[in-house]
Amino acid sequence: MDPPGMRRVGSPLGRWLVRAPPLLWLGLFFLVPFVITLKISFSLPATAQPPYRPVLDWSDGIAGWRAFFEGLELTNYAMLAADSLYWKATLSSLAYAAGATAILVLIGTPMALAMARASVRIQPLLVALVVVPFWTSFLIRVYAWIAILKPEGLLNAALLKLGVVAQPLTILDTPLAVMIGLTYAYLPFVVLPLYAVMSRLDTTLPEAAADLGASRARIFRTVTLPLAMPGLVAGALLCFIPMVGEFIIPDLLGGSETLMLGRMLWIEFFSNRDWPIASAVAVLLLILIVVPVVLFRGAEERREEALR
Amino acid sequence: MTPFNRAALTLGLSFLYAPIVVLIVYSFNDSRLVTVWGGFSTRWYGVLFADAPLLASALVSLEVATLSAAIAAALGTLAALALDRHGRFSGRGAFTGLLYAPMVMPEVITGLSLLLLFVGLDVERGVSTIVIAHATFGTGFVAVVVGARLKGLDRSLEDAAADLGAGPLRVFCSVTLPLIAPALAAGFLLAFTLSLDDLVIASFVSGPGATTLPMRLYSQVRLGVNPEINAASTLLIAAVSLVVLGASWLSARRGVGAAV
Repeated sequence: MDPPGMRRVGSPLGRWLVRAPPLLWLGLFFLVPFVITLKISFSLPATAQPPYRPVLDWSDGIAGWRAFFEGLELTNYAMLAADSLYWKATLSSLAYAAGATAILVLIGTPMALAMARASVRIQPLLVALVVVPFWTSFLIRVYAWIAILKPEGLLNAALLKLGVVAQPLTILDTPLAVMIGLTYAYLPFVVLPLYAVMSRLDTTLPEAAADLGASRARIFRTVTLPLAMPGLVAGALLCFIPMVGEFIIPDLLGGSETLMLGRMLWIEFFSNRDWPIASAVAVLLLILIVVPVVLFRGAEERREEALR
Repeated sequence: MTPFNRAALTLGLSFLYAPIVVLIVYSFNDSRLVTVWGGFSTRWYGVLFADAPLLASALVSLEVATLSAAIAAALGTLAALALDRHGRFSGRGAFTGLLYAPMVMPEVITGLSLLLLFVGLDVERGVSTIVIAHATFGTGFVAVVVGARLKGLDRSLEDAAADLGAGPLRVFCSVTLPLIAPALAAGFLLAFTLSLDDLVIASFVSGPGATTLPMRLYSQVRLGVNPEINAASTLLIAAVSLVVLGASWLSARRGVGAAV
């Protein structure tokens, strides 16, 4: 049975004609590329065009498949595992993404709460104010921080003038700059879903808690926060996943010392022209982000079961 | 609002806008240095409009954004219709995952794997491959915006048209489409802006001769802060702000709801 409001419409053929174009497009341009990436991650680099071996020859039929599977190599993954640089990059990608997500939740929750409690008349304006940076070029917003953070930049000029520091601080090209960039660039991604949840919260529940004598902090901790939890987790994942593979921020703000997988993949591909290793890094990155998504889905399902 | 709420909002919004304000203010700075105010000047805009390669890349970006947003709008609307109207069809979960995964996938993965596909198929890389890549991640965003509108739609209008003998295509074209038009426009604009903004995926799938605006800006940004880029950024920010204001005006007038 279909749930109410999900009535089926149209003939089977008509329904298929609606579904097929997006399905075929996304299958060909999103799913198939992953399979190819996985395949190339088991190949060896070659000085040829395309620069890897073996290449799967579809026209040879079964013989082609067998030759291909026999030629598969675990060399790339062995190289990644043996290279301490990649271990460090993996750990630091996770650490940057987790750290920035925690800061984002700490900054984003009070912002979203304040937006939801603002008068209904100005709420659309507040949403628009958060949306404009979200729509503004990511590259430009990250670039803007260079002028602020660099040694002869605005922040140092202000600190020197105020006498807070005697020497300009080195912030650009450090982990601190990467954290500032991640927090800044992804703030709208966490505020908007949180606001969406909080503006729909049942206001009678916190009121009831207040009538029963609970303090503001207690109401937030025991009523508002648990109700907003699904939005909070969704918003956090929405930031965490792309941040693990972030390239622009570590590249522009982190300097050459910052190790993040997104940037390593870029360097392997564009500078070292090692496509098989770049593919192996992509597979590694994919595994890192699939794990939290699966955990989240599992937790969601358990929660729904518990509510039933 | 408590004082704490007000402080959180003020600090948060200042944090969001301070770098943008700095960027805009210094695009009018006569001096090349960020810390020196050399007086108000529009000279960097003059430099910008004399920069032929940069203007050419802006045209490439506009072409890519228009084409890819049009494809994404069509595919995204079909996908939203399928999710809203087809009940629990088999493969619904996989369909949803396929639709929304490109929205959060790290760009380096999407870019690399699409490039490997294009190389495998021996497709010549250029504007068309960037259009395909951008349409792929734009589709999910359009589906979200159009889907929100479909969910709130009064279905009795469509039923009435069907009762009067209109076929499914006719019902869609003369009843559903006009009703979802504002959401479709908002989705198109979102896909357009995201395409205009993309650096990473375009860098992977582009070929010789197809340099988009973000690719051009990035190659200059790597060399350091440059007032000409501030001028270009200011123009882009102005354009985006106009689009967002236009979209929220559209949605306020037609009641689309928050179209993000």
